[in-house]
Amino acid sequence: MNQKHQEDLAHIRSMMERSSRFISLSGLSGVFAGLSALIGGIYVYQLFKSNGMDYLQDEHRLYSANLVSELFWIGIIILISAFLFGIFFTIRKSKKYNLPIWTSATKKMLFNLALPLIAGGIFCLALIYHGYFGLVAPSTLIFYGLALINAEKYTFSDIKYLGFSELILGCISLFYIGYGLLFWILGFGILHIVYGLVMFKKYK
Amino acid sequence: MGIIDKLNKDFESRVRLGIMSVLMVNDWVDFTEMKTLLNITDGNLASHSSALEKAAYIEVKKEFVGKKPKTSYQVTDLGRAAFKEHLSYLEKLMKS
Repeated sequence: MNQKHQEDLAHIRSMMERSSRFISLSGLSGVFAGLSALIGGIYVYQLFKSNGMDYLQDEHRLYSANLVSELFWIGIIILISAFLFGIFFTIRKSKKYNLPIWTSATKKMLFNLALPLIAGGIFCLALIYHGYFGLVAPSTLIFYGLALINAEKYTFSDIKYLGFSELILGCISLFYIGYGLLFWILGFGILHIVYGLVMFKKYK
Repeated sequence: MGIIDKLNKDFESRVRLGIMSVLMVNDWVDFTEMKTLLNITDGNLASHSSALEKAAYIEVKKEFVGKKPKTSYQVTDLGRAAFKEHLSYLEKLMKS
């Protein structure tokens, strides 16, 4: 009898969790998003070099229109590849554990994630438009951190720790303009990989 | 052992527990989503949901989206109270 009640309670808990949170998110998504950012960041470093600037030495960098547009497209490619990896591992995990993907929890999670991201994206485009390139990397970190914290209610709540880390890193980097690329690699590359590995181990 | 008698008979089945659990933490949930969440058949969900509706624990809404009929469920105030009571009895039982 006791056994049955215990199972009942476990069932109730799992049903509440399954139906209100998006739990198909795999830690591997984080790892591969981080790797994409890491490779992209290293490529950008090389790009500066090939344009005659050593990112770590030269304080004053010249941003030609060509370079800006190239950086912009690299950013888009990193975003798309991280996104595709995310979708791939989500589908894989949900198939493995027989979890539904497109539920109302998923939609709520995406909406709450997208809101700060879209506002942040427009904010960054405006920064580029006005030529404040040094503020772009800190802003991407800050808005991304806020987006994760905002989406926390609808997925694994551990994601808020990643959100807070990105947010704090972004705020610090506001005071170290000129080192944006390094903070960006640290935030989007290293933090993602660390978080992804921790999550992968925890929820395997 | 009066406490066992107090357990709500309407919530004895796993499927009904599942339906109530999902509705406790969501607003309207439609038939298809409920079915996939609980991993049960159409007939199974239909019979258990109508039993819960009869007890006035859930509200059933039937509407047409285009030409397709769509059924959605929502928990009633009575259902919410009954389920909470059931939960606290279960928890008390676990402690004793």
